[in-house]
Amino acid sequence: MSSVPLWAAVPASILLLAAGLLAAIGSFGLLRLPDFFARMHAPTMGTTLGAGCVLIASMLVSSALASRPIAHELVITLFVVMTAPVTAMLLVRAAMYRRDRQKHNGGAKSTD
Amino acid sequence: MNALLGFAVDFALFCFVLAMLFALLRLLRGPAAQDRVLALDTLYMNGMLLLIVLGIRSVSSIYFDVALLIAMFGFVGTVALAKFLLRGEVIEP
Repeated sequence: MSSVPLWAAVPASILLLAAGLLAAIGSFGLLRLPDFFARMHAPTMGTTLGAGCVLIASMLVSSALASRPIAHELVITLFVVMTAPVTAMLLVRAAMYRRDRQKHNGGAKSTD
Repeated sequence: MNALLGFAVDFALFCFVLAMLFALLRLLRGPAAQDRVLALDTLYMNGMLLLIVLGIRSVSSIYFDVALLIAMFGFVGTVALAKFLLRGEVIEP
């Protein structure tokens, strides 16, 4: 980190600050929001925009240190962008199924 | 200049650890099973970002491979748990 030039250090710092704030706020929403479907949307802020910011910052710093473009992190970006909607959709479908089944059973309290 | 980047990296590390702590509290507290699965999803994603920031801090490419592995296996685990909650079975005949 000793010889990162200024054109890479300043945008990387801004992106890292933004990503940290986004991840912390998203997880705080996961902890504080009252309902599962409200809690579902809060951490996606940290896992999509926060992950994008961190990966762009990592690309900037490693490219500046190697003085050639390095884009390894695009693999993780692509993977996260592809898998985040799949996970969210499966979780929401499971939650809706469990809620409807509980309602159909006459409001019996589930133990989990 | 480099003090700025060092401060940003330290701040990001602190924020990701805080986010993992919040997710761990929700994982321990969560009233239903789907809350725990969502908290586990958030936990592994924040851990992956933490590892990438550690890779920026100590200039090394080892952390990148670890982060890629955590992303892949975390996705598989979350999908398996959601499928189990939805159908009662992970791999159906």
